[in-house]
Amino acid sequence: MRFSLFSLARQALGGHARWPAQWRSPEPKAAYDAVIVGGGGHGLGTAYYLAKEHGLRNIAVVEKGWLGGGNTGRNTTIIRSNYLWEESEAIYELSVKLWETLSDELNYNVMYSPRGVMMLAHTIHDIQVFKRHVHANRLAGIDNEWLTPEAAKDFCPPLNISPKLRYPVLGAALQRRGGTARHDAVAWGYARAASALGVDIIENAEVTAIRRDASGAVEGVETTRGVIKAKKVGVVAAGHTSVLMGMAGVRMPLESYPLQALVSEPVKPVLPCVVMSNTVHAYVSQSDKGELVIGAGTDVYTSYSQTGGLHVSAHTLDAICDLFPTFRRMRMMRNWGGIVDVTPDRSPIIGLTPVPGLYVNCGWGTGGFKATPGSAFVFAATMAHGEPHPIAAPFSLERFTTGRLIDEAAAAAVAH
Amino acid sequence: MLLITCPYCCTARPESEFRYSGEAHIARPLEPATVSDDDWAAFLYMRTNPKGLHAERWRHIHGCGRFFNALRNTVTDQILKTYPAGTPRPGLGAPAEGGR
Repeated sequence: MRFSLFSLARQALGGHARWPAQWRSPEPKAAYDAVIVGGGGHGLGTAYYLAKEHGLRNIAVVEKGWLGGGNTGRNTTIIRSNYLWEESEAIYELSVKLWETLSDELNYNVMYSPRGVMMLAHTIHDIQVFKRHVHANRLAGIDNEWLTPEAAKDFCPPLNISPKLRYPVLGAALQRRGGTARHDAVAWGYARAASALGVDIIENAEVTAIRRDASGAVEGVETTRGVIKAKKVGVVAAGHTSVLMGMAGVRMPLESYPLQALVSEPVKPVLPCVVMSNTVHAYVSQSDKGELVIGAGTDVYTSYSQTGGLHVSAHTLDAICDLFPTFRRMRMMRNWGGIVDVTPDRSPIIGLTPVPGLYVNCGWGTGGFKATPGSAFVFAATMAHGEPHPIAAPFSLERFTTGRLIDEAAAAAVAH
Repeated sequence: MLLITCPYCCTARPESEFRYSGEAHIARPLEPATVSDDDWAAFLYMRTNPKGLHAERWRHIHGCGRFFNALRNTVTDQILKTYPAGTPRPGLGAPAEGGR
């Protein structure tokens, strides 16, 4: 069913009792042309673009839990494209451009809100790094501007720019087209649109093995809901990528860390934009429900526990209380962790693997949500054609052998 | 916050006294000039990243300052054993292979 004012009015008259399911829940078939492992935003988006852009309709997404229950549902929903290197600018800017029209594209409101992303500078080093980013972005046609502390406070009134702070605000880089979106809606919107195009979405099916034929090529996956044959398998499994790739005998340059987030009690609109600071490690925005959404850092050690140390959350709250004294008496309501797969150069890995027919899209680390549409778009093209999409090509697994790393450690807003 | 027993100081101390140093038992090639690009990539970047037992290096940076290894379950974060650097991995469970 297409969402429209008419459908909304008709369902309202029916007491909203007759909305159909948003996507089908079929039994898995014995074989598909392609199988995507991982039902988060990136995986569901990949299936959607495979069906829509490349005409592959006989495909399935297998998810071990429920859709969007991993990092798609656990992140702080920030969108921006102010990265340093041209390779990164290309993929993150493609994403922002797709975000701008995604609600229309999917006929599903993903609540993209370009309210501005402001990154604070507290030291001379910060100023130099951020200005370098501003200039690099400007050359690439990506909006990013430098603000004085006063201009930063004009844009974000609750910000404390007192010079008496231990790390005073010396300026900020602002990307006005950056912002937030609704995380669940992204997964659900892609799932609904993909399902309508014939993609089978199979939840509660954990992959337990990847099957390979005598030549070494992929021939399918074994899941807790049976064996599914496919000549093409795309692994889009975030923190569990090493585990899945291990099933095919491939070692990955990944380490999985817990990354925490927390939300406050809901309050009236108080924070008009996204504010982040690498140096003191604050990372905060306000959801449409009124909660402050706060991103903490990663724990120092690898883990699959989906929880993290309390001192990691407390550290970011210290910084937020300094930058926003008005938040000091707010209570935090919930905190949680997600498992993020971090690469040595903090850039993703998108492309082919040494195993024929096996593709991987991983390594988004602490910042994958913003890239969801662009990542899915280029990964779908890569899987469809069996060769990397031009924007995905620099993010190959081979770069760790050739040495052509894409070092974005400074662009990551999260300490890790 | 983890409680970690330094095998040199022989006492359990909070995680904030230590620095994590990644996967243990990855030996640097003895003759760098003869190492292929693939082997360098394996040494520098490829990691087991297991869901389960993980042998890892820690340094007691705010204590004795020495490196040691720990065997930790990455699902529960429980540390099963710590042991001095340079000694082999203790035989607790099978070593993880390729991400398993």
